[in-house]
Amino acid sequence: MTAIPPTTLTDRTEADTRKVPRLTRAEQRAIAAKGRLSSPWASGIAIVLAILWTVPTFGLLVTSIRPRSDIRTSGWWTFFTAPAATLENYSEVLFGSSTSFATFFVNSLVITLPAVVIPISLALLAAYAFAWIPFRGRELLFVAVFALQVVPIQVTLLPLLQQYVSWGLAGSFWVVWLSHSIFALPLAIYLLHNFMKDIPSSLVEAARVDGAGHVTVFFRVLLPLLTPAIASFGIFQFLWVWNDLLVALVFVGGTTDVAPLTVRIAELAGTRGSQWHLLSAGAFVAMVVPLVVFLALQRYFVRGLLAGSVKG
Amino acid sequence: MKRIQRRRGLALAASVAGLGLVLTACSDGGDGGGGGGDEAAATFDCADYEQYGDLEGKTVSVYTSIVDPEAQEQEASYEPFEECTRAEIEYEGSREFEAQLPVRLEAGNPPDIAYIPQPGFLRSLVQDFPDAVQAAPQSVIDNANEYYTEGWVEYGTVDGTLYATPLGANVKSFVWYSPSAFEENGYEVPTTWQELLDLTDQMVEDNPDIKPWCAGIESGDATGWPATDWLEDVVLRTAGPEVYDQWVNHEIPFDDPQIVEALDAVGGILKNEDYVNGGLGDVASIASAPWNEAGNGIPDGTCFLHRAANFYQANWDEGLEVAEDGDVYAFYLPGESEEDKPLLGGGEFVTAFSDREEVQAFHAYLSSPQWANAKAEVTGQGWISANSGLDRELLQSPIDQLSFDLLTDETYTFRFDGSDQMPGSVGAGSFWREMVSWISPGQDSQTTLSNIEASWPSS
Repeated sequence: MTAIPPTTLTDRTEADTRKVPRLTRAEQRAIAAKGRLSSPWASGIAIVLAILWTVPTFGLLVTSIRPRSDIRTSGWWTFFTAPAATLENYSEVLFGSSTSFATFFVNSLVITLPAVVIPISLALLAAYAFAWIPFRGRELLFVAVFALQVVPIQVTLLPLLQQYVSWGLAGSFWVVWLSHSIFALPLAIYLLHNFMKDIPSSLVEAARVDGAGHVTVFFRVLLPLLTPAIASFGIFQFLWVWNDLLVALVFVGGTTDVAPLTVRIAELAGTRGSQWHLLSAGAFVAMVVPLVVFLALQRYFVRGLLAGSVKG
Repeated sequence: MKRIQRRRGLALAASVAGLGLVLTACSDGGDGGGGGGDEAAATFDCADYEQYGDLEGKTVSVYTSIVDPEAQEQEASYEPFEECTRAEIEYEGSREFEAQLPVRLEAGNPPDIAYIPQPGFLRSLVQDFPDAVQAAPQSVIDNANEYYTEGWVEYGTVDGTLYATPLGANVKSFVWYSPSAFEENGYEVPTTWQELLDLTDQMVEDNPDIKPWCAGIESGDATGWPATDWLEDVVLRTAGPEVYDQWVNHEIPFDDPQIVEALDAVGGILKNEDYVNGGLGDVASIASAPWNEAGNGIPDGTCFLHRAANFYQANWDEGLEVAEDGDVYAFYLPGESEEDKPLLGGGEFVTAFSDREEVQAFHAYLSSPQWANAKAEVTGQGWISANSGLDRELLQSPIDQLSFDLLTDETYTFRFDGSDQMPGSVGAGSFWREMVSWISPGQDSQTTLSNIEASWPSS
């Protein structure tokens, strides 16, 4: 539905190339793309899409500050004609449980941080080996790791839980950390490996010639270049673990000293669903941390993800 | 009488608000929890708890489908036991209880005690995990026989062995109405099924722009269950408790002509365009109206009658007074005649997965009147028990008192919710789904019941 007249576009690109005569093909393409993306039409469409996309979230926000009877009887848009705001929903979400809200919040952090750090550390080492250390069966092993991504986590839940129980780990943080690491590793190794392969081999070879071993190459040459990839996967994994309910529910259940925020949010509606008006407030409370993380690191998100997965 | 002067510094116990604080001088100040049990001030005498022994350092884990805010009342009701025996109860509630319990049993990680809301689920657990489910110890059997009627004991029994004892109970044969609206219009609470239909006709005649009944059966992935309760209640009335038992146990086909007749009688109300769906739309809107909001037409003045269980009271707006002379109240869904009084209800059952001393002691406590009374004291509204030792005066809500009266009145014939007793694939599957199809798009009664019959597991 883009109604951009192609003639204007060509004209502009030609004008650009004329002004700056010596450009490589890649640079020309980049300028052409920039012109296409920054046309007022495209901007307009982007703004409309952004607004459409935000309206439901905005409605949720408005709902979360309305009193229960208002939520029940009318839609959130009527808020503007008859405003009635209350923070009761938030106070119920934050303080209404017999376990303090801070416990769940801290649990979520305690679960998430190791569940992000562990798979990234392991995957970096594995990816380095797959990319730069030649050994017999490397390709086969890499394909095997890659193929592990297709295993749905649901089929692994019960055997894993049985294993944890026989190791005596059930009900501790270990089961969540281990499970999230296990589920994250195939994708992490694959992404980081592709990124490492993209780094020109001459760079690594030059370091070798200068007498660098694997450790030096890894820490001094590759790691600084990998920051965007690590950050992007870090955000990915962080959001996934923070928002996870399934793994937490199966492995730690509702045990309040281990359960994360999502478990509390899932119970908010009450035994027979009579407290459903709290859900919008609960959703916003749970959203705060991922939102901050995403906004703080989003430039890595787009850049690093493309760099790692699309070769070319 | 020795009062408790001791308070353990356990964070878990401390956060259960109320109970202990009233009794103790030395609060540890760690009361971070909210107010569910604030009105609670249970008095108890530790001499009554000596039978359970000293269980210091022992822990019992409890896994249930009861979550906050009701969970706070549950935890508060264990406080006397914890104080006197010094055992610790680890409470864990989850709305995914029914899916998670078999997973935990399969993985070898069972809780010590679980509250199972359906006898059918209990039966399948005993079949699937014969080693995990523990038969009740003698102390529990004695309590069950002394304080519960034979019928209730029977629901916790599988193949002649008592496994589970009733915990809470609920009564489903209620019609909610507005006492003030009845008074204004000069309506009387009906005492027979025919009077109920006459009253409905009267309402249609007096208020041509109002539909008398409001109903809703939407309930997430359990959509349809309120309609199964309707059918069960009416089967009890048109066919009688004996046929009901045969039907639930599949001794007669699911689509027996008597059941078809009952479903047609339900349709006489729920599929009658003149009767439904007050304030919500036409017949089809029943399928999409959330069950826990459908009754709001009564205070809003868009309908007069809403059939729902006693626990529906938690869904009324907080400002409404639930009382016989208040804003909303419920009357007993009448039988065919005044003498014919079947009563449909449900409840949850305490099942143990360990035979450790402290687990048996706690199970015995939960089946005793001591616990029932402690629970009643800390509960604002929405809980009753079928325990005959429960002191009626401790119940704080009029509808709870009425429910308890009906449960313990011997002229009423109690029957447990049928869909909870059927195999899961029917009682929590095809029965729900087919009832939705029956409402919308309006499948006929015979086809609906035959489809459910066809889905009954063959073994």
